[in-house]
Amino acid sequence: MLTLNVNGEDRSVDVPEDMPLLWVLRDVIGLTGTKFGCGIAQCGACTVHVDGRAVRSCVLPVGQLGEAKITTVEAIGATPEGKKIQDAWLAVEVVQCGYCQTGQIMSATALLQHKPQPTDSDIDAAMSGNICRCGTYVRIRQAIHQAATGQPVGQQTIAYNLQKGPAQ
Amino acid sequence: MTLPISALPQPSRRALLQTGGGFALAFFLGAGSAKATIAARPQPGDAELAAKDGATFAPNSLIRINPEGPVRLVMPNVEMGQGVYTTEAMLLAEELDVGLDQVVVEHAPAIDLLYGTPLLKSQTTGGSTSVRSNWMILREAGAVARAMLISAAAEQWGVPAGECTTEAGVVKHAASGKSATYGELAEAAAKQQAPEKVGLKDPKDFKLVGKPMRRIDSPSKIDGSAIFGIDVRVPDMQIAYVVTCPTAGGMLKSVKDDAARKVPGVKDIIRLPHGVAVTGPHYWAAKKGAEALEIEWDHGPNANFSTAGLFKALDEASRTGKALVARSDGPLDRQGKTIEAVYEHPILAHAPMEPLNAVVHVRPDACEIWVGNQVPTRAAGAAAKLTGLPEDKVILHNHYLGGGFGRRLEADYIELAVNIAKQVPYPVKMVWSREHDIRHDIPRTAYLDRVSAVVDDEGYPVIWKDRTCGASVPKRWAPQMLRKDGFDADLTECSDELSYDIPAFHVEWVPHDMPEAIPIGWWRGVGPTHNIFKTEGFIDELAHAAGKDPVEFRRKMLAKNPRPLSVLNKAAEAIGWGEKLPPRVGRGVAFASPFGSHICAIAEVEVSPGGHIRIRRGVAAVDCGPVMNPNTVEAQIQGGLVFGWTMALYNEIIFENGAVKQSNFHDYRMMRINETPPIEVHIVKNEGPIGGMGEVGTAIAAPAIANAVFAATGVRLRKLPLDPKLLADPKAGAA
Repeated sequence: MLTLNVNGEDRSVDVPEDMPLLWVLRDVIGLTGTKFGCGIAQCGACTVHVDGRAVRSCVLPVGQLGEAKITTVEAIGATPEGKKIQDAWLAVEVVQCGYCQTGQIMSATALLQHKPQPTDSDIDAAMSGNICRCGTYVRIRQAIHQAATGQPVGQQTIAYNLQKGPAQ
Repeated sequence: MTLPISALPQPSRRALLQTGGGFALAFFLGAGSAKATIAARPQPGDAELAAKDGATFAPNSLIRINPEGPVRLVMPNVEMGQGVYTTEAMLLAEELDVGLDQVVVEHAPAIDLLYGTPLLKSQTTGGSTSVRSNWMILREAGAVARAMLISAAAEQWGVPAGECTTEAGVVKHAASGKSATYGELAEAAAKQQAPEKVGLKDPKDFKLVGKPMRRIDSPSKIDGSAIFGIDVRVPDMQIAYVVTCPTAGGMLKSVKDDAARKVPGVKDIIRLPHGVAVTGPHYWAAKKGAEALEIEWDHGPNANFSTAGLFKALDEASRTGKALVARSDGPLDRQGKTIEAVYEHPILAHAPMEPLNAVVHVRPDACEIWVGNQVPTRAAGAAAKLTGLPEDKVILHNHYLGGGFGRRLEADYIELAVNIAKQVPYPVKMVWSREHDIRHDIPRTAYLDRVSAVVDDEGYPVIWKDRTCGASVPKRWAPQMLRKDGFDADLTECSDELSYDIPAFHVEWVPHDMPEAIPIGWWRGVGPTHNIFKTEGFIDELAHAAGKDPVEFRRKMLAKNPRPLSVLNKAAEAIGWGEKLPPRVGRGVAFASPFGSHICAIAEVEVSPGGHIRIRRGVAAVDCGPVMNPNTVEAQIQGGLVFGWTMALYNEIIFENGAVKQSNFHDYRMMRINETPPIEVHIVKNEGPIGGMGEVGTAIAAPAIANAVFAATGVRLRKLPLDPKLLADPKAGAA
């Protein structure tokens, strides 16, 4: 039995120590927001935070985690940077199929937590490990800048209710 | 905003098909031979569906209104990133007069008769047809429901229906001050007759259509709550990891599973004709178990198949094979300078980000499937065949697709999961590894095209000849699509009709099949993605041979064609065409009219002394006729270009000894954010017929950068992917 700290909660799991965190999250704990894309840390769909650092959970054996604090996309909105990133993602309308976006959001949030005003090359460095097959990269870049500066970048979308005015 | 799993029960599909007058047999038989599918008005099966669904007011298969809760909209097409749930919800909500914040969308059950896309005559999402096919039907469906709600209110209040208005889900009568919500009127509305005729809004009164609306699926896709097929969890489910013969068509000879059975968690080892599946409580146990198997394969008849051999055969067939003619018209005997070229297109994998998967539970009396798929009725039919169950005992729950791109227009992965699930009593979630996904794709096939032109004294083409050689997808996928002589229009889509003013055309196809065990499939942009690389590359060659500017050259040949001309001019103006550029930087233009839209893309590239291609900037101008959601149009062009550029720069599946060499994203590369330039999209407004959008950007992408590479280096690359080794600067020495 291992005990993992996931999104602030201790979870006891009966799994082998070499099992990657990704599968413990998805298949054992049932947190499916963290995605499987490649299994070899090439695509970033499985990105989670371990003690505040963005890591690829598909190659991270759970036996190495000890008491580290794991944060997944399900809880990232509770952090100020995660909330800013999610809001910008909606306003710039980054999402297409959406499968990679939870990993993108985890990488972008970690970037903002460590570099509140990232440059384009900071974005390249932090985000180039995350593949988006739909090709939403132009808007990912815009959304990160928007989250950092609070200034609208690119085409903003209209919120559901027209009476409420444009999305914030 | 979105209910992840459709709560809709399924009526008897067979019963519906019977009432539909043999609809299933009419699949793809051609225009007019099948009944229209999704419909604005009640259809046979609607009432049964609504009753089982507990819907109080269900004026058609698309709209459900209950006394409590949001308006439910059932989506006839599937959402795989193209934004169709938002667009289709906008169209229904616009005429129904509700806000997008008052609706939830649901995945449709698998029923051709109720949810088939009219242009494709089946419940299929593909070919950039969804909105083109459905937009007027969806508007009318919303308007019919609104009229029935109004007449219910008018009857209750004893006022003329014509005096009632609607706003945001409420019917109002100004003179009496009465008002009622749609929910309050649902029961009475259900008793109203559907109107014979219904008026649609004047587009100038649109509140949603034409505005950059926020996607209805985004909120659930940024916090992890959206459920894709791979995220489904049902009680007692086990995960299956599957290994099949690396050689296409090879069979399982023998397997020793002693070691695999000792892997903790491994539950069952399941033998299949082409491989073995291992089940366990989680992916890791199943994968470790599979890795411990000792398997012997019978590699079968394709053990010698190779891509190199295929291209040799295509070259030979294109010289000597019998051609089927797409068109041959105009004065084809004019003499003059002739220019010829050969273009080559590789085999491609789809590689959607969500690896293929399916959850299947086969019970003695039914088969239940949870999956994301572009052809749910085809998939359910396949499962019925494999299980021997009647079609109405196969229940398919569709989900969000983590990318489709044509891969999920197939049912093969669902069939494989059914074959595994048949052998165990519990539900099985089969998840493919990325390696399996790349190596066992139903890939886009290779093509070899010979194109030639006779040009006049100024260098403009007076005869255009194009002979493409390759295999047909519909021959397996929907043979009804083929012409009587076997001609497949996909092979010449967009090459048989150029917008350019050219007096004579001869366009033909020489069929050359792939081995039977290597089925080939649709890939984003289908025929146009293949053909436009060649047509726009070759137009560029003609411009160069004529000593003319590539934009000017096209402009002159589009002079009589205002819609194409306007997108060409817009893109050229936006990028500042004609500006002086640094050495080894070049701009390439490409124009075409795929899927009923018109698009011009201009790319600016820089080629390093070593031959590395960097895209510095992309500009596109698009005219798709009436624009539903400009936000989606921009997104589809931006993303479509990245998808097509990824193909042009990196993608090639190579078979050696019958097996695919590539396996994952390290050797089947994707463009990444650091390689993606700023991309500007300009929408050229036009009232003309509505065009498709999901594949337009992809289809135009490759020739824009190939032409830019020529402008930067003087090297014309006619083979994809573009080979950097051919672009090294000879003046840069050993660089």
